[in-house]
Order: sequence, then structure tokens, then C-alpha cells
Amino acid sequence: MAILVLAEHDNKSLKSSTANTVTAAAKIGSDVHVLVAGKGCDEAAKAAAGLAGVTKVLQADDAAFEHGLAEHVTEALKSVAGNYSHILVPATGYGKNILPRLAALLDVQPISDVMAVENETTFKRPVYAGNAIATVQSLNSKHLLSIRTTGFAAAGAGGSAAVEKISASGSSINVTFVGQELSKSERPELAAAKVVISGGRGLGSGENFAMLEKLADKLGAAIGASRAAVDAGYVPNDYQVGQTGKVVAPQLYIAVGISGAIQHLAGMKDSKVIVAINKDPDAPIFGVADYGIVGDLFQIVPELTEKI
Amino acid sequence: MKILVPVKRVLDYNVKARVKADGTGVDLANVKMSINPFDEIAVEEAVKLKEAGKATEIVVVSIGPAQAQDTIRAAMAMGADRGILVETTEAIDLGGIEPLHVAKILQKIIGEEAPNLVIMGKQSIDDDSNQTGQMLAALLGWPQATFASKVVLGDGSAEVTREIDGGLETLKVSLPAIITTDLRLNTPRYAALPNIMKAKSKPLANKKIEEFGIDTTPRLKIVSVAEPEKRKGGIKVETVDALVDKLKNEAKVI
Repeated sequence: MAILVLAEHDNKSLKSSTANTVTAAAKIGSDVHVLVAGKGCDEAAKAAAGLAGVTKVLQADDAAFEHGLAEHVTEALKSVAGNYSHILVPATGYGKNILPRLAALLDVQPISDVMAVENETTFKRPVYAGNAIATVQSLNSKHLLSIRTTGFAAAGAGGSAAVEKISASGSSINVTFVGQELSKSERPELAAAKVVISGGRGLGSGENFAMLEKLADKLGAAIGASRAAVDAGYVPNDYQVGQTGKVVAPQLYIAVGISGAIQHLAGMKDSKVIVAINKDPDAPIFGVADYGIVGDLFQIVPELTEKI
Repeated sequence: MKILVPVKRVLDYNVKARVKADGTGVDLANVKMSINPFDEIAVEEAVKLKEAGKATEIVVVSIGPAQAQDTIRAAMAMGADRGILVETTEAIDLGGIEPLHVAKILQKIIGEEAPNLVIMGKQSIDDDSNQTGQMLAALLGWPQATFASKVVLGDGSAEVTREIDGGLETLKVSLPAIITTDLRLNTPRYAALPNIMKAKSKPLANKKIEEFGIDTTPRLKIVSVAEPEKRKGGIKVETVDALVDKLKNEAKVI
């Protein structure tokens, strides 16, 4: 049986998390289909068809799917679920909102945050904020997985799958999209950025994040934060890197004024190179950093910005 | 308006999880257990709605060992009115009782209690699944507003602002509905001593999981649980120049 991947998209373009999820699907089997449920989502469907390894794209185009609400998208998934042995979604806010809803309707216990595929039914996932890794075998008749994007490289271009339009309609449940307020940023998306600079409580205030922005401008980096910085109100929650926020694995991760609580490490320790800047030489962040520098971040960050 | 708040007893947020030597799970013997932080936020939100005159009764439900009644009492000390303990001897973190089982039991309780709103944590910090709320909404055929950072109750509906990747989204859901909490929704209060004392005399119903007639055969098999691979610490450099040099010439990432 084929494997279905639910695409994350904004109708016009595909989110990179979809490409990571396709790679995970290809490790399970060779016939990988992608469902694009949206409104006026031709462009997103075309992008999905161009991903290497995708053999077919299903496009469900209906006003109900415009904003990706779980109640509606679940209906589109349910209408085709019978044809698939596995259904995969990216383990992002989008995917995590939808998959368990579908699972309950199919009477399946899904597996969240899959970071490695052992075989068709056995997967690895982090539990206890990444302090333990569980190897879990699905005994369900159908396997539903959310895929941790950092565990799988993004599928490349070069695919030429056919796009098949399917008719699906939304749910009759009373839920309405009121609005969206996206952080306006010229920067790359946190979860997909090659360089991430994160600030912690050591920054002392939200205003001081401006200092990180200058460095980020120079490196083309995304800006993140520790949970402590979010809890202190310095930056919004969508900046948060960690088990309760986003999981990132960039080429370069620069932790500024972050002590390195376990829950933060769980969100960034798969980064290729980690740099830590902290005044406390005993901060746990130095235990995972490739390069650490002990000192006053208010001197080091501007100097680094100048010299890099 | 009646609000139902499911709460879970988990390894305390500040305690580091230790993998059992035999690789079957995480050692929970003789360690501090507490209310799941996201559930605590859910209780706080319900209590705030009651204080604002928008809710009349708050019922907390916990599925777990006998000691989970401490978790219910903790929620009562914050302001919940009544508790239901669904006792099980099975593990509730890894293996044993799974999110789908929990959702099915909660569905039955909701059938009896008929709340107008369910507020619950978006995930428990033990198995980190982030599934139960969405599953419960599906089983009940209710709308869901997950990862909430703001809740405004209207007449027969709720406007909920959600944390999404890259920002915020606002939904309007008709009631009854499921809301799951994210971190920024509120800051839970500390229970004052008189309220802790008062909580001891609030009504708490004891039930056994078997009474619900749900098939709790695990759908997932925990093959093994292991420590994560340790990342090796690197070196400390003395100057910014040395750092720039390392990044350019050794790591080659800039």
C-alpha cells in the first residue's frame, strides 16, 4: 500500500516541513503520495509534485480548507485514508493539530515526533523533553506518524508526479477562522534557517534582542529564544526553541545568554555547530557547545557582529 | 457554565528523567511528581473564568494511580470545585494507558457531566505526545482550539487565539468545545495555605478504570527506552577573533 503525506502549505507555496516528511515517508516505502488540501492551492500542489520521491499528488481544493483548520482538513484525509498503510504529517503546529483528530476517527493510536525510522512499524521518538529516546512499535492496523523535521533531510527537486484533483468537503462542525497575525520578518523561518541566533534571560530585556538582530542580519540568520526569555516576556512564544517550542537543527546555532536548561537543549542539540556566549563559565550550555566564549554578551555580540 | 479540566500527574518539571537500567522506561520511583504544567495553566484559566463570573463549576478529572488524587487536590487548592479520579495500576507515561484510551474515558465522563467547555494541557511533559485534546474533540464531534494563548468567552461561543508557527491565529468555536493550553495563556497562581486546607474537604469521586468498559489494550509497544546520544562539549575560546577564526576555518560554517 502507498504512504500518504499531508502537505503543509499556504496555498501558494509549500512549507519546507513537507519536504522533510516526504523523506521520512520514502524510508518506509517507495510509493509516496502527498495530499494538498487548500483553496486555490494549484501552486502548492505543483510544488509537491516536483519533490523527488513523490509518485502522486492529491489536490483537495475547497473553501473549507483555505486556512488549514483541523476539523475540515481531517475530513479530506479521512476520505482517502482507506487507501494508505501509513499517514504522515510534519510534527509542526499544523500537523500536530490535525493528526490526532484523524487518528481518533480511525481508531488509531498515532506516534508523535518520529525522529528515526527503524522499519515499517518501528520508530524512534524523544520523550521526557528529549531526556530519553523511546523505540516504539505501532501495533495498529494503520500507522499514523508525525515527523520531526530535523530528523530527516528535505527531499530535493526533480520529481514529476501527476496531480489528481479529488473532491472532498469540510466538516459541519461550527468553527470559523477570524484572523491571523504573522510575525513580520524578512528573516528565514526559524525551523528551516541555516543559522539560528537565540537569546536567553541573559539579554535582560526585549529591547536588547535588537543587538541579536544586527548579528542575524549579517549572517542571514533566524532569531530564536529560550523559554526563560519567552516567560520573561522579552519575545513572543513563536521564537521559543526547545521541547515546548520549536526544534531546530541549523548548520550554526549561536546561544547568547542562555544557560542551557534541558528543555532548551532538547530543541537545538542536533545543530551541526553550536556556539555559546555566556558570562557563567559553568553554564550547562558549554557542555554541548563546540565553541564557547565566557564573558559579557553586551561586549562580545557587537564585537562579533563587527568582525564576522 | 460548567468547565471540565483533565489533569495528569507527571514527573516534576524540575526533575531530570532517568532511564531505567533495564531500558524499559523512565524511573518514577521515589521522585517528585506534580501536576503537568500545561494542565496547571488549564486549571488557572478555568478558575479565572469562574472568578470573572463566566463559569459556575469546575470539575477536574485525573486518570492515574491512587496518588493522582494529590494532583486533583492541587487543582482544587487553586479553585476547582470537584474531582473525579479514574484509578489505574497501568503505566500512564510510556506503555500502558495511551492518549486514545484517555480520550475515550474522558468522552464517557463528558457524556455524564455534560460540561460546556473542556480546557486541558496541550501535552503532558512525560510522553510529550500532544494528542489527547484533539482526539477527544474528534470523538465528541466538537470543535478544537489547540495551543491557546488567549481565550475570550462569548455567548455560546469562544474566541481563541492560538500559537501557530510564525505567529498567532484566532478562531471562533461554538460551545461545547475543547481548548488546549499553551505556555503564554496565563501564569498559574500559588495556592494559599487556607485554600490547600479547604481543598481537602471538596468532593472527590473515586472510580476504577475498569468501570468505563474501554478496551485499554496498548496499540503501541515500547521496544526500548534509552538515554539520548550525548553531544560532546567542545572548547572554550578566549577572544572573539579566535571564535571567528574557528567558525571560518575549522567549522567552515560562515
